[in-house]
Parts: sequence; structure tokens; C-alpha cells
Amino acid sequence: MNRIKTLQNLVNSLCGVANQPCE
Amino acid sequence: MVHIFRLYDEIIALDVNSGMVHLLDDVSLSIILIFCGKSPLLLEEGQSVTLKLHRDLNDSLLEDTITKVYTFLKGKRQLDEEESSANDMKQLLEDIEDTINGIVELINQGKLFSEDCFSQYAGKMKEKETIKALCLHVAHLCNLNCDYCFAAKGKFEDDNYLKNATADEIAFHEANKKAPLMSIEVGRAALDFLVANSGSHYNLEVDFFGGEPLLNWNVVKEIVSYGRSLEKKYKKRFRFTLTTNGVALDDEKIEYLNKEMSNVVLSLDGRKEVHDKFRTFLDGKGSYDMIVSRFQKLVEERKHDPTKTYYIRGTFTKENLEFVEDVLHMHELGFNELSMEPVVSSDDSNYAISESDLPKLYDEYERLGRELISKRKSGDNFSFYHFILNLEKGPCIYKRISGCGSGTEYFAVTPWGDLYPCHQFVGQEKFKMGNVFDGIKAQNIRKDFAASNLYTKEECMDCWARFYCSGGCAANAYHSTGDINGIYDIGCKLFRKRIECAMAVEVKRMLEAEGENQ
Repeated sequence: MNRIKTLQNLVNSLCGVANQPCE
Repeated sequence: MVHIFRLYDEIIALDVNSGMVHLLDDVSLSIILIFCGKSPLLLEEGQSVTLKLHRDLNDSLLEDTITKVYTFLKGKRQLDEEESSANDMKQLLEDIEDTINGIVELINQGKLFSEDCFSQYAGKMKEKETIKALCLHVAHLCNLNCDYCFAAKGKFEDDNYLKNATADEIAFHEANKKAPLMSIEVGRAALDFLVANSGSHYNLEVDFFGGEPLLNWNVVKEIVSYGRSLEKKYKKRFRFTLTTNGVALDDEKIEYLNKEMSNVVLSLDGRKEVHDKFRTFLDGKGSYDMIVSRFQKLVEERKHDPTKTYYIRGTFTKENLEFVEDVLHMHELGFNELSMEPVVSSDDSNYAISESDLPKLYDEYERLGRELISKRKSGDNFSFYHFILNLEKGPCIYKRISGCGSGTEYFAVTPWGDLYPCHQFVGQEKFKMGNVFDGIKAQNIRKDFAASNLYTKEECMDCWARFYCSGGCAANAYHSTGDINGIYDIGCKLFRKRIECAMAVEVKRMLEAEGENQ
């Protein structure tokens, strides 16, 4: 069994500031 | 770069450059550590490690990793006196091999140890020279006398302001005396200036600030009315917001604020004894008893419109490092949208946050996360501004590398119409940029702010949280180092802790939602 689990890639996106969602 | 931390019994790995978040266990953690040339270890609660991958993942390294991880985890099981059958150990070996394959695949997909390829785009957001937000100082007066106020009790000039003052500083002082309240003419000119320079921006933001903006109430209403008249004509949408200490709130103002303001920020520091220590009237009396019921009324009536938001916004100082007590108190008062921030002050004030306070504050942020997780499970939910972190629909990379926009797309306006890079630079005359009637005159200041981004700050290049703070606040950097490209070290350390807690709280929410869907 693979024991790493991936839970939005910033590279693809090529409105602190992280609180603000994309609008 | 990958940042791995253990919080609330989860081992979380953030791939810094892609923003991908992964859940680990002792097998996957051990593999990643060995890939990076480290010895396998177990992270304790609250511990973290930041890793870079410098090696080729050749067959020899992969074989070596299998052996090392197997030996380490077998030894750990023996140490823990866990009984492991031959089948268990066979399963462990298979899991190690599967996980190595999974990790190699993530690396190849650019989801783990991905490269930072963004520096060439750092100036893009600021090339436009368009403006989208103004902070209107409609009053440089206040009906409170808070000792810790970064705006020098609303006037933006403290008792020492005129000592060795320059001609520009004397002019600021005189203007403050002559026109502490913004006129409607200045207010209209500010909105005209914003619209004329907004380019293709549709959403425009205007924050009423001070001082205490309710002390200039009629002008606030007239500016809003003028803004609404411009919306249809120019195909824009104004998002009006207001920050208030609540002293001048009454039923008429509450009704109006709930109708016209997209967001209101209500200043309350938590428990009565904490709030009343700093937030006092001129006679030294505290303001808690006067404002709480008014805030409760405003928030209760605001709940009916889901498009309207509010924040109960507190300040904590060295005097109440146990600030989670204040957050919980505000929640008990019936408020669910909460923000509690460290005081902004000079290092020599007796209430400033210092390096020695950080361990206590780290514990407090962790405690706050536990409270949020626990209350969410019991249905008694509330939100904490600095723990809001959307891992699926967060800001784009352009926003993350260019910062808040101060001095380029966001400006503060004094009551008499002068422009500054943001509300925290008002009164510092070397940062005066022009006025709302004639526009930006000091293009050199604008260029300095446009040139400032994540990649102009060397310290940020080794920081795992850089795409969440975007290089931090220019004003905080200037006030602590004398350079807008400097680093406010205590602010950075607190920010990193907040992001760890925010991410862990969000991961717990995602896992709970997943469990409910299965």
C-alpha cells in the first residue's frame, strides 16, 4: 500500500495574502 | 523544498513551490528523509523539518532506502515491543516499495520537491499601474485614547512628532489641525481618482478608516452614495468596508452599515479586563461595557445577509500572551468571525511582543487550532482570520509573489487628500506620493514599491512559507529595519507558526469531510 496521500497546483495558475480566495 | 511538520497527530508535508499538501506516516516520512540524505526519525507533536532534494534517485539509492527504512521501522517495532508476524514484516516491505514508487511518481509529476520557476513573473502584477483599493482616512480624530494605537490615537502624529520636524512634517501637522475630518469634496475626488486609474478592474475597494470613521458619519454616507452613482456609469462594483471602535454606534448607523458595508471590522480585545486596559476614553475609563451590546446587535442583524461579513478584531500584547482566552471569550459573546493580532509598536514599548514571548505564543496558536477542531466537531464552529487557508481555491501565484499591493494598487488617503502607500505610512512624509486631485507625483516611491516583491528579499528564498505571506508587510519591514525590503523577524516566526496551525486545521477538516462521505 502506498503510504503517502495527496490531499490546486500553483504552477497551473501561471481578488499575508493567503487568506484571500481567488475571485 | 518540502516542509514537513507534525500537528494534531497528523504528519503533513507541504511541497513549497507547487502548494501541494500530502499526508505522511512513519513509512513515507522515513523514505523522504533518506532521499534527502538524512537519517530516519520520528517527528514529535509540534516538531518540523524542512528538506531539499539534491540527489539523483538512482536504483542504488532506491535499494538502499528500502533496506534502511525496513531496518529502522523493524527496530522501532521491537523497541515498542510490538508483536510482528512474518506476514506483518512482509507487508511492511511491500508498503515501503509501494510508497517509494508513489513518492517518485509525485516528484516526476511536479508535486513533491518541485522547482521554483516563478521569479521571472514577479513584477507582472505591478506592471499594470492600475489602482483597485483606497483606505480613506475620513477622520484623524478618535473618541478613544488607546495607548497602543499604531496611528498615535488616531492623529498619526505622536507627542514627539514635531521634534526636529522637517518642513513636510510641519505641513502634515498643520493640515491635521486644519482639516482632521475629510470633506465630501475630497471624498468624491478620491473615488474619481480610483475609478479613473482602475483600468479593467471591476471590483474596487474603499475602506473607511481613521481615527474613528463614525466621527465623520455624514461624509461616509455621502461618499457611499457617490460611489453607488458611479457603479452603473463606469461598470464597476464598489466594495465598501469600515473599521470602528463602536463607541458612536447607534441603531441608525447599524442599519446603514449592515446595508452598505460589505465588511465591518469591530475592535474588541477580548475579556473585559484585557480590553479596558488599553481601549480607554480620555478619562481612563474602559469602553468594553459600552460597545459589546452594540456589536452584538450589529452582528445579530447582519446574519440575515450571507453576502455581508464582519470581523471582531482584537489586538494582543505582552500583557495578554494567553490570547486564546480572549478569542474564546469573544466567541462566548456570540461572535463567530474572529481576528486577534499581535500589537504593532516600537520595540521599546513595555507591551511590545519580543523574542522571549514566542514559545508561549506558539503554544497559544496550537491551542487555538485544537479548540477550532474540537468546536467544529461539536457543531459550535467559529472562524479565526489567520487560520483561513483554502488549499483548493487560494490565490494565484502572481498574487502570492507580488504581495498586498501597497504603493502600487492600494493607497491611503488623508482627510485633506494626500496619498501614501498604505495606512501605516501616513504621517511619514518621505512616503507622501501625491494627492487625489493631481494624482501620483512621486513616481520614484511607486517604482520602489513596484520593484519590491518576494524575490527581492533574500531571506525569503529559504523560507517554506513564502507563498503564504508573499514577503510580508512593507510597513512592518520598514518600521523594524528601515527598509521596505527588510524582514520583520518576529512577524515571520509568528506567521510560520500560524500557517502550520492553519494548514493542520484545514487538513483535519478535509479528512473529516472525507470520512463523512465514505
